[in-house]
Amino acid sequence: MTVHLRIWRQAGPDSPGRLAEYTVEDVNEHMSFLELLDVLNEKLITEGEEPIEFDNDCREGICGSCGLMVGGVAHGPQPRTAICQLHMRHFNDGDTIVVEPWRATAFPIIKDLVVDRSAFDRIMAAGGYVSVKTGGAPDANALPVTKEDADLAMDYASCIGCGACVAACPNSSASLFTASKIAHLAMLPQGTPERRRRVLNMVDQMEAEGFGDCSNHAECEAVCPKGISISAIALMRREYVRAVLSS
Amino acid sequence: MEIAEPHVTERPERSRLKARVPAGRLQDKWDVYKNNAKLVNPANKRKHTIIIVGTGLAGASAAATLGGLGYNIKSLCIQDSARRAHSIAAQGGINAAKNYPNDGDTIWRLFYDTIKGGDYRSREGNVYRLAQISNNIIDQAVAQGVPFAREYGGLLDNRSFGGAQVSRTFYARGQTGQQLLLGAYQAMSHQIQEGRVEMLPRREMLELVVIDGRARGIVTRNLVTGELERHVGDAVLLCTGGYGNAYYLSTNAQNSNVTAAWRCHKRGAFFANPCFTQIHPTCIPVSGDYQSKLTLMSESLRNDGRVWVPKDTNDARPPSQIPEGERDYYLERRYPSFGNLVPRDVASRAAKAVTDEGLGVGETNLAVYLDFRDAIERLGRQAIEDRYGNLFEMYERITGDTPYEVPMRIFPAVHYTMGGLWVDYELMTTVPGLFVLGEANFSDHGANRLGASALMQGLADGYFVIPYTLGGYIAGAELGDVTIGHSTFADTERAAGERLRRLLDVKGGKTVAEFHRELGQIMWDHVGMSRNRDGLLQAAEAIRRLRDEYWQNVNVAGRNDTLNKNLEFAGRVGDFLELGEMMALDALHREESCGGHFREEHKTAEGEALRDDDDFAYVAAWEHTGDHARPQLHREDLEFEYVRPSTRSYK
Ligand code: FES
Repeated sequence: MTVHLRIWRQAGPDSPGRLAEYTVEDVNEHMSFLELLDVLNEKLITEGEEPIEFDNDCREGICGSCGLMVGGVAHGPQPRTAICQLHMRHFNDGDTIVVEPWRATAFPIIKDLVVDRSAFDRIMAAGGYVSVKTGGAPDANALPVTKEDADLAMDYASCIGCGACVAACPNSSASLFTASKIAHLAMLPQGTPERRRRVLNMVDQMEAEGFGDCSNHAECEAVCPKGISISAIALMRREYVRAVLSS
Repeated sequence: MEIAEPHVTERPERSRLKARVPAGRLQDKWDVYKNNAKLVNPANKRKHTIIIVGTGLAGASAAATLGGLGYNIKSLCIQDSARRAHSIAAQGGINAAKNYPNDGDTIWRLFYDTIKGGDYRSREGNVYRLAQISNNIIDQAVAQGVPFAREYGGLLDNRSFGGAQVSRTFYARGQTGQQLLLGAYQAMSHQIQEGRVEMLPRREMLELVVIDGRARGIVTRNLVTGELERHVGDAVLLCTGGYGNAYYLSTNAQNSNVTAAWRCHKRGAFFANPCFTQIHPTCIPVSGDYQSKLTLMSESLRNDGRVWVPKDTNDARPPSQIPEGERDYYLERRYPSFGNLVPRDVASRAAKAVTDEGLGVGETNLAVYLDFRDAIERLGRQAIEDRYGNLFEMYERITGDTPYEVPMRIFPAVHYTMGGLWVDYELMTTVPGLFVLGEANFSDHGANRLGASALMQGLADGYFVIPYTLGGYIAGAELGDVTIGHSTFADTERAAGERLRRLLDVKGGKTVAEFHRELGQIMWDHVGMSRNRDGLLQAAEAIRRLRDEYWQNVNVAGRNDTLNKNLEFAGRVGDFLELGEMMALDALHREESCGGHFREEHKTAEGEALRDDDDFAYVAAWEHTGDHARPQLHREDLEFEYVRPSTRSYK
């Protein structure tokens, strides 16, 4: 099949950007969307043009490197799917597909479709961990955890840090990202000693990075490639209130 | 075609390589080592800068641990965040000898399985230490909040994995690597907050800086601005993963590469057993030329799936219409006692054997079936969904087929490299001060890695081995004052810059990806699942030619002073083109079959691998002797005091 692409090109953080038009023929339905961009890039390189820059690595939906607005939707049309796992069989011959980077003040564009998501790392550094040093940990079975809690913790912990939640949110809020780590650790006894500090510091950092507030649009949950529930955000709010009240 | 005889077939010299495994009983060696290791005064640790390249399991766990001990850590990675290193993609699990299920596991048994699984091509002392440490890793991960699977009683669940006879594998759904990596990343983030670790993402190491015979720094390219940067330290820890992308198609991430390791090799670090690569039996087959990677399906699927092909080469019926009697469950037939659970190398070779006979299935005939029909009948669809739901979903997403109804089509793919930079017991290379951890070193898996052992090794090296061995080095070494103004830094940076310029200046007619694909095809055809002398000679020659062409005819897009992934790839493919030849030479010189290295000339009457312990029970470590010269072979003889190498039999 043939697809038409309108792709955001921007030479650098301060350069103006624009949508450039390309057509790719002989698209195979088994190709992934990123392989489509590979094919286009090969053509561009051969023609002496600069290829389109986009972040990607594992191409199996787990590293969180990839992230594109495809047709106005973060990670494209298939639910619970990172864009690297989306295959061309979900498009039709003759489609025109608009491809843009994540848009958020806290995610400045570096080049083309590549953005700077280091704000996420700083939120994590503010408290997204249990402060144990290596060595001296008690036996792993010393502290039982109910299966239900462990499973729920795992649901929240499956966040890949891609940033789709921010890109989809009308307020560019990083609440789902931040809350998923808070919720993961709040479900487990290991996370308990620091739960107060954790939520206060991570939420402060989230605000300091310029992410917006959550006003319950739930767009984040809809695009999350791991299907993380916004119940995490409710839990984060409860943790926050409790932390503020107890201080 | 006239093919020059490589002189690596000469008898290698017995070499100066010393593994420095401590004396004493196997069970005591690591304690003996720790009892005698020199310690760094706690007040002095912050005066020592340690450079850690890579933030996968090995790198992140090392940064977290050494930062926690008080060292001054500089950590670098090529991704935009440390959390994205390729360890994150590991699905299955992590082994430990906890024996929680009380099914007879011991440290000895984990040691024994690992050394046997590696086909007796690894060091007893290292592997035993790994098995001892395995239990601490689980404790550490749980303390960090890693959400391992649990039983209803609240204790940790274990499963059997990769054909082990005991259940010793801890797991977090099909995302064990992700959860362990995030645990290490979070621990490292804590140290970043404490100011003990400085994290520099989007940096690629292009050179090692060796001053007065010691590793004292690195040169990196800032992948956003293109600037070359100098970093000085008292030791360099390389945690940069494996080189499976030499084959172009592999289960590795797009950016996984050998460049940092190869640059170290060219600065004096020997490269050990480069031909030992693991081809994983259960991956989704190739579907076309545009394909950029192969996706692994966890081998836990073989616990319930049955592998088969039609008995008749011309059978084009859909699988459901092929009656039982006309199916060949070839693993169950050839290996009645292990059946579908034979180790990875054995399963991969068997798949190749049936497809070579023309019995393969699917559009390309390069696939075999992995069928869940019987398991669904026996256990019910729900049970299968509980066990493999996310894997089935992933398969369906990629292929469009649902494995509940149609058998999966699978084929082997390059997955892991057991070879890597040679290190001694302290994880130090032949360049003093350069340590290598995780998949990037060659150390613990011999000629074949068992399932759920990669995570174990990466974390063992980073959390529990390097803190002791690095301290010993720092406390014992005379480290003069060096700054980034040293002339060697300037020279090394110049060399890195010139290479980038050369790549951009060729402006030839073929893209980097075209060269990479060609290299991959040569490697897969001749240095893949089965190898022979003629094929390897041809491969070495073809790679040399391709490499010459590369520097005359590659077309690298864009500029140096900006984000330019094509330029990054160009450098990496340039290094793969050198490594590939060495892999072929190593495979050529090893006139035996062992583990993942199968030489067609060396097999039993039944077609199984035939090892030669008299002549090849050694580690082959290659020394770089110049860009156009042949590498020099050194050997480290493997001595087996505690286990007697036997023929692996899974019959
Ligand atoms: S490239 Fe890793 S999640 Fe898409």
